[in-house]
Amino acid sequence: MKYLRLVVANLGRHKLRTILTILSVALALFLFASLRSVTTTLAATAQFGGARRLVTLNATGLVFPLPLAYGNRIKAMPHVTGLSWANWFGGKYGDGKRFFANFAVDAESYLAIYPEIVMPEDQKQAFLKDRTGAIIGRRLLTQFGWKLGQNVTLQGTIFPGDWTFTIDGVYTPTDPAIGDDVLIFHHDYFDERIGRAGIAGWYIAEIDDPSRAPAIAKSIDDMFRNSSSPTKTGTEREFQASFATMWGNVSFLMSTIGLAVVFAILLVTANAMMMSARERTGEIAVLKTVGFSDRLLFALVMVEAGALALTGAVLGLGGAKLLYPAINFNGAGFLPGFTVTTSTVILGVLVAVGLMLASGLVPALRAARLPVVQALRHVE
Amino acid sequence: MIPIVYNVRSVVQRPVSTALTALGVGLVVAVFIGMLALANGFRAALAKTGSDRNVVVLRKGADSELSSGLGRDVVSIIAASPHVAVGADNRPLVSPEVYVLIPLAKSFDTTQVANVVVRGVSDQVWTVRANVKVTEGQRPASGRAEVCVGSRLVQRFPHTGIGQTLHFGGRDWTVTCHFSAAGSAFESEIWGENEQFMPVFRGEVFQSVTFRLKDPAAFDDAQRALQDDKRMTVDAHRESAFYAQQSQLLGNILSFLAVVITGIMAVGAVFGAINTMYAAIASRAPEIGVLMTLGFRPTSVLVSFLAESAIIAAIGGILGCLFALPLNGIVTSTTNWSSFSEIAFSFRVTPQLLVAGLIFAVVMGVLGGFFPALRAARLQVVQALR
Repeated sequence: MKYLRLVVANLGRHKLRTILTILSVALALFLFASLRSVTTTLAATAQFGGARRLVTLNATGLVFPLPLAYGNRIKAMPHVTGLSWANWFGGKYGDGKRFFANFAVDAESYLAIYPEIVMPEDQKQAFLKDRTGAIIGRRLLTQFGWKLGQNVTLQGTIFPGDWTFTIDGVYTPTDPAIGDDVLIFHHDYFDERIGRAGIAGWYIAEIDDPSRAPAIAKSIDDMFRNSSSPTKTGTEREFQASFATMWGNVSFLMSTIGLAVVFAILLVTANAMMMSARERTGEIAVLKTVGFSDRLLFALVMVEAGALALTGAVLGLGGAKLLYPAINFNGAGFLPGFTVTTSTVILGVLVAVGLMLASGLVPALRAARLPVVQALRHVE
Repeated sequence: MIPIVYNVRSVVQRPVSTALTALGVGLVVAVFIGMLALANGFRAALAKTGSDRNVVVLRKGADSELSSGLGRDVVSIIAASPHVAVGADNRPLVSPEVYVLIPLAKSFDTTQVANVVVRGVSDQVWTVRANVKVTEGQRPASGRAEVCVGSRLVQRFPHTGIGQTLHFGGRDWTVTCHFSAAGSAFESEIWGENEQFMPVFRGEVFQSVTFRLKDPAAFDDAQRALQDDKRMTVDAHRESAFYAQQSQLLGNILSFLAVVITGIMAVGAVFGAINTMYAAIASRAPEIGVLMTLGFRPTSVLVSFLAESAIIAAIGGILGCLFALPLNGIVTSTTNWSSFSEIAFSFRVTPQLLVAGLIFAVVMGVLGGFFPALRAARLQVVQALR
């Protein structure tokens, strides 16, 4: 440890250069962590829900509703322990610039099937009793400055008119993939206002045995195969995954870009670190003359490179890990539950170690193999 | 002035260091161009979708064709409007359209399903939408279960070849033709006759009505006349503006990402460039001393080193452009969240983008070179010469 002071002194010699090197490593790893988290978050969303819940849609496509009468028939099937239904509403608030999901659900059964939606019992009861009530995710409170008990008016885009709801409850999702920027209101009220059309956008069935999911899904679809609206049933996970794949190649492009970014900055940084090490040829020769062993000099140069890379890693990765929760980032609603995972942090640290090797190995080997006599000729 | 040859030679003298820095800058420029080309391509596809001469009518308040619905009475009111152009056969150039999304499995991975637009059109549509051309085969015949498939779908989805059968909406549809639409979003759609689609999908309702304006300059009059008509509640949009607005959400996200990511990258690259130049100058202090002894002024030294940094960055810029050029024309696809449909579009690397990339590179070089160059200019001759 007695050589630590030497390393610190070397790093402090060109303070500006050291700071800039650390900062560019930090920026590279910050970007790396951010871009990788986009991919992992999308993947995590696709994993949500598990196989315990089945989602039934109209086979013709997402935009076509199913008859409300299907509910009882699905509910009566063996292994189905609970059933709820919902309909996409697609209302806008204010100028509509800030998009948020809003849909009508059969409240009591929906909340029973989704224990991930957590709110105080009194708010839940108030919502269940209030036909024109709504519950919202916590984020909407800050996003629009709404308050509990307030009336909010949405403009329907699919179902025209002004729709006013009372905010009876504010929920916090225990699973981030549920989304905390959603407004949920009563399907019964919705159905009444659209003239008792008797439609449901999708059904959610709770089943007792996840391993039977494919068989149950198939028997639901078989039941409606020859009806006016054939269905397509899958686990909720498949349903969510289909949304994640809708980004198409764009998420693949993001990860490619992430790699290019990291590579570019690390290239430049490694170059700068190698150049500054080359300047010290004379010094290293002097150290060798006073008795520093080759091995020790190798280690000293490597430690210096490692100190730069790892300080940068701590700043960049730590910054990403702390910043996103602090600003409650969710990618404007597109990336619910955005988190920098531990695996991302570990990968980032590995990248930093790789940088240390790439930038330190050449100068360190040069230092260790430096012929003293030749090197000293350059020293006055 | 110190001749620029001096800088060019010293750049060549240190090939590894120059190459590494230039490569770093080049990658930053490549990502910059690539991401903007992506946003560009997406915007262009939707901007080209609409024509200035056409008007799209939707139900009032509907922000996309998907959420709109218009009855037959509305269609006849619009068709009778004096603002609608008439074709050679004296019929109004109107296309009342059915617009639905269907899930379609992709060719390369049939578990991946995309929401594809199916548009039911009138036989006038081929005149109303002048940019749409049938590239192969015959237009669907009226009264038959036939469809025309957009050229961007053909490669990516199975059963889209001419004579093949697509199954959707509970029926079989024979593909009779392929059409192109100048790279616009229409190329990611399936077109058939509106009267055929209506009973299969949403019943007696159209989603939008598109018509050709008799006088392209009279859009405001037409809009006022239609929206003030008491017999219907509709919004009229200029078709070009309507599709441009559909691209806004995702287009903005892509541009925002491009700016943020390349911004952070650029800062990192500039830091790297500063370091490289500092190191270069430190190792060349005696040289600088000689230059000054020869009588070159500090300002010349400053300019010379700035130029050197700019040269390295410009090499990087050119590399970046070369990296990004092959991207041009590559087709990618994503979901347009404004309309919820999948749309294929190509990267568009335009000359303006390449120039912007080069300028970006030189700016990075000058920024990165400034402080090191300043230090070079301030060197004391005696000290430097030692």
